[in-house]
Amino acid sequence: MLDSASMIARVEEILFAHKDMEGALLPILHAVQAEFGHVPEAALPVIAEALVITKAEAAGVMSFYHDFREHPAGRHVLKLCRAESCKSVGADGLADHVREKLGLDWHETSKDGAVTLEPIFCLGLCACGPAALVDGKLVGRLDAAKLDAILGGLK
Amino acid sequence: MTLKIYLPLDSAAVALGADEVASAILAEASKRGVAVDLVRNGSRGMVWLEPLAEVVTPQGRMAFGPMEPGDVAGLFGDLAAHPKALGLTEDLPWLKGQTRLTFARVGVVDPLSLSDYVAHGGLEGLKRAVAMTAPEMVAEVTASGLRGRGGAGFPTGIKWKTVSEAKGDRKYIVCNADEGDSATFADRMLMEGDPLTLIEGMAIAGLACGAEKGFVYIRSEYPVAIAVMQKALEVARAGGLLGDVLGSGRQFDMEVRVGAGAYVCGEETSLLNSLEGKRGIVRAKPPLPALEGFMGKPTVVNNVISLASVPVIFARGAEFYKGFGLGRSRGTIPLQIAGNVKHGGLYEVAFGLTLGDIVDKIGGGTLTGRPVKAVQVGGPLGAYFPRSLFDTPFGYEEFAGKEGLIGHAGLTIFDDSADMLGMARFAMEFCAIESCGKCTPCRIGAVRGVETVDRIARGDTDAKPLLIDLCQTMKSGSLCALGGFTPYPVMSALTHFPDDFAAKEAAE
Repeated sequence: MLDSASMIARVEEILFAHKDMEGALLPILHAVQAEFGHVPEAALPVIAEALVITKAEAAGVMSFYHDFREHPAGRHVLKLCRAESCKSVGADGLADHVREKLGLDWHETSKDGAVTLEPIFCLGLCACGPAALVDGKLVGRLDAAKLDAILGGLK
Repeated sequence: MTLKIYLPLDSAAVALGADEVASAILAEASKRGVAVDLVRNGSRGMVWLEPLAEVVTPQGRMAFGPMEPGDVAGLFGDLAAHPKALGLTEDLPWLKGQTRLTFARVGVVDPLSLSDYVAHGGLEGLKRAVAMTAPEMVAEVTASGLRGRGGAGFPTGIKWKTVSEAKGDRKYIVCNADEGDSATFADRMLMEGDPLTLIEGMAIAGLACGAEKGFVYIRSEYPVAIAVMQKALEVARAGGLLGDVLGSGRQFDMEVRVGAGAYVCGEETSLLNSLEGKRGIVRAKPPLPALEGFMGKPTVVNNVISLASVPVIFARGAEFYKGFGLGRSRGTIPLQIAGNVKHGGLYEVAFGLTLGDIVDKIGGGTLTGRPVKAVQVGGPLGAYFPRSLFDTPFGYEEFAGKEGLIGHAGLTIFDDSADMLGMARFAMEFCAIESCGKCTPCRIGAVRGVETVDRIARGDTDAKPLLIDLCQTMKSGSLCALGGFTPYPVMSALTHFPDDFAAKEAAE
């Protein structure tokens, strides 16, 4: 676990790297999340001050976008596509299967911290659905067996 | 002798195992002591054949697919005897039927090789553009008849003219690569397979409009496209395409920006707010982004395919491009055939094919082999078309005339197991999740829409006129296309598939 002073120091490095960028808030939030797995609450006032906006504005931007997390996700993140093309080839049934198997609803993390389940609306894999993003790896033409094999590997 | 093999880096190919096949190719080559030149190219667009490997032979490129690691050893033996052999790529019927202008190089070239790009006609458009004046360049785009490929279909030339003539100490070219509609992947395939074409198109736009800075706003759901575009920018800078553009003394450079999972940011004013580091809230128009866009400066916001079609228009002339299409829909359109379909993928063709030909002849019907029930054209905000409308020709006005839209030209095919009431509910649910919250018809209407569809599902017949009324309010009262077009899938489902809304009542 990173202590607060080191976290702030790292955030300040990220801010410095973005200092000449126009409209830098999203790139900064992405960089902070890439570093810590979420955007720590203590980072927001530091970011806000550097960009000369209020903390409320920074928090408002962060909360608008589905990607940014207030808390760390599980050790693995399974994002299952829920959009129309994947639905046409059985994404709804697959979603029910996964939710039952993991005992999780959307946006929830398993008790052992292994898996976070999230919906995603389109990966552009619409001709080879149902599709998912598993820890950043794209997978297409999923079925229950293929998904079970993937889930088995998420410890 | 070096064996040259092409294997796509395209997301769809990767999702179907291309990286594992690539590793197997390198391992097999090393085991056999054969020198192999493995090029990771874009996809040819035949997604049902991915991963599609191509081996260079004296006769041409031979295609093999769909490849699995176990099929790799055979690529080093008698190619004709390979069980996955498909023949010469160029002779495949799917490719022969197309008119590839925007996608001419996708799947053909190494996406990150400038020399390969130039060898296949790249930079010809930009070379012609640097010798022209800005008004001549704008006139060329106007004459081509190119309309916004993102969905709105606004004439690109008019947008460029407005920005070109606007006064401003800085101007911007913003490429909308927030391709969030289900069934669409043309932007992704173009950026992954031929990113230099987009950069060339943006450079031309910059010269024509007097902008020195550009942004490509790519959705975060596209990790491969982001990575390829970022590398392509370095290639373009090193090759003189960006910076001092082809030594013309005129400057243009650009950067990649990554979205953060908000569908509404595909709407141009919401995208501009996001790019400025704000919440992706829709802006009221006027002022038009062309006059007050990014940071309040004159800004062109164009879709990836619009900008990527510009180089070929300059290379071969506006008249050439305009010669394709029908009515006011000029040029070609990359159809994206998706969902429950036998032959899904990207098919670039002149406007004018009928919906039926696209679904039955090109797509080959459903993957499940069951009858086609509905086709959603234009993404989550597009209408569901029943078979009785399959004679509709593919064009902006033609689809509008049938209470639909072509949008970004994505088609999702559904077989007869589809529950259209469920799809109507999903349209409202999606709108509720993704609404930016600025206008009431969208923010509240979508939530009420879900509730009203649920009432219909419970057999409450009074809810039907209420749903129709709600759709009319959302359509006419919403600030942008999210709330304004969500009624298209809902109303088309209700109109064309009344049994799905009645069957639930009977079941109660």
